[in-house]
Amino acid sequence: MTAQAMTAPPTATMSRGLRWRRRGPLLPALVFTIVVTQIPFLLTIAISTLHWNVLQPGTKNFLGMGNFTSFAGLANYGTVFTDSRLRAAVLNTIVLTVAVVLISSLLGLVLAVLLDRKFPGRGLARTLLIAPFLVMPVASALLWKHALYNPDYGLLNGAVNWLWRLFGAQEGPTVDFVSQFPMPAVVAALVWQWTPFMMLILLAGLQSQPGDVLEAAKIDRADGWQTFRFITLPHLRQYLELSALLGSIYVLQTFDAIYTITQGGPGSATTNLPYEIYLTMFRKYEYGEAAAAGVVVVVGSIIVATFALRTIFSLFNEETSR
Amino acid sequence: MTATAPTAAQPAPGEHALPPAQRRRRARRVKDDTSASAGPGWAVLAWVLTLLFFAPVAWMVLTSLHQESDAATNPPSIFAPLTFSNYGAVFQRGVSTFLINSATASIVSTLVVLLLAVPAAYALSIKPVEKWTDAMFFFLSTKFLPPIAALLPIYLIVKQVGMLDNVYTLVVLYTSMNLPIAVWMMQSFLAEVPKEILEAAQVDGAGLIRTLTQIVAPIAAPGLAATSLICFIFSWNEFMFAVNLTATVSSTAPIFLVGFISSQGLFLAKLCAAATLVSLPVLIAGFAAQDKLVRGLSLGAVK
Repeated sequence: MTAQAMTAPPTATMSRGLRWRRRGPLLPALVFTIVVTQIPFLLTIAISTLHWNVLQPGTKNFLGMGNFTSFAGLANYGTVFTDSRLRAAVLNTIVLTVAVVLISSLLGLVLAVLLDRKFPGRGLARTLLIAPFLVMPVASALLWKHALYNPDYGLLNGAVNWLWRLFGAQEGPTVDFVSQFPMPAVVAALVWQWTPFMMLILLAGLQSQPGDVLEAAKIDRADGWQTFRFITLPHLRQYLELSALLGSIYVLQTFDAIYTITQGGPGSATTNLPYEIYLTMFRKYEYGEAAAAGVVVVVGSIIVATFALRTIFSLFNEETSR
Repeated sequence: MTATAPTAAQPAPGEHALPPAQRRRRARRVKDDTSASAGPGWAVLAWVLTLLFFAPVAWMVLTSLHQESDAATNPPSIFAPLTFSNYGAVFQRGVSTFLINSATASIVSTLVVLLLAVPAAYALSIKPVEKWTDAMFFFLSTKFLPPIAALLPIYLIVKQVGMLDNVYTLVVLYTSMNLPIAVWMMQSFLAEVPKEILEAAQVDGAGLIRTLTQIVAPIAAPGLAATSLICFIFSWNEFMFAVNLTATVSSTAPIFLVGFISSQGLFLAKLCAAATLVSLPVLIAGFAAQDKLVRGLSLGAVK
């Protein structure tokens, strides 16, 4: 990119016409993105300041989209932070995101380190390992719920039962994973889905390690663990950060798995913020509250995203200046 | 100039004469060749973990080929006779309409994404606008807005303009969902087109169209293919907008799956058949794009 900056005439000396001709190809994408992503978000902020329940329509009209009761100021935000359901949802979102990202990063790291060495069938192993990420998320949620977790005929109970019988016992224990351990059940399904994502990014990181440094370590007789601890891990740091941050942003938005596996239950044990917002919107029809909760999720995402953007920016600069 | 401009076909005169992108690629190739070999224990461990991870997918496919009565046994009947009848049953339940809707939404939105993203990426790499990094990071930042926060106004607007249960509503939303990814990916691919070649073409008097079709396009083609596959994957798998904005006419494949389990009686084998069927296009696309998958997933940050 540095080379490019040198060959391109300095922008200051470019004529107006030339500058606009350069901007031309960018504009359709830019305008489309601004219209489709920013306008809804501004409307969400506007709606979050209204008392608006569809079941009790008021008399004031919101841009022809429906009638609301009155202006609420920040009252909806008060509800978001004091309502016990919403607070539980905030907590569940944090538990779910942290657990899934931590466990899948660790598993992804183990798999990436394993796949960084040559062994028979390595290409096939990598292909098979990507599969969980490619299976449609709704399909994988249903697969876990019915084919794996089901207490009567699920594979997990079936396998335990088979093992039990192998050792002469009559009947294995039956665990109803989804109702007895709802959160771990959701976490496990999501970890399975996200581990390949982590693995791919970390594997790319491992393979971008400069070979000469590893060579030098070998000559200095560093053992495998020392090389990993003092050379590979520091090199991987920004890849770990990137995968964890991107993972957090995606897992924070989890909707499919909750909708399909637990419907947020039992009670509200696995209701995360996206699902709670969905319920507030389309079950309780509290538009104002749903919008306020939406703004809270956005603020949370922005906090995570700031760090993510910083990591991407540093990787990006490294790539372009290399 | 033309004589010294290295192309993929010409033998490179020397390492240092190569453009940075190509040198990097070459360095990686050499590194790949020397990646350490693993001992047998390592290989066994890697394969055990791989098979453990793949087991649920294998189980899904296997169950989809069993009779319902064999699918729901405890302990599981692994060696039960195989049949394709479940797939027939899934088609009888009308999965085709849903698949067509999914295909329409994914393919049309992918085409629109490319139409918007390729020129944008061009203006962000080959002939960059001033402050092009700011534009890049604006695109990226929209990817961090959780879609659930935009659902309510989108639902209200779509309802107002009478576009509920319309597949083109999904096309617009999937386009905006994938556009940042495509812009970042295409930018990183186009940035790899060696500047020397572009200059040489200019010196030789090649016009814009000729430069694009004969120089840029062949180099960027694999990137374009990978970008479209990744956009296709994300739109095909999308659930949240599809379930909330469509009803009967334009529902997509994931909605079919969710509606599938409400039936009474044994359904596991048919469910697995349906799940396998709807996942198949993405599995194929993903395997085809697996070398470039990581670049798409990391929004172009990791190459």
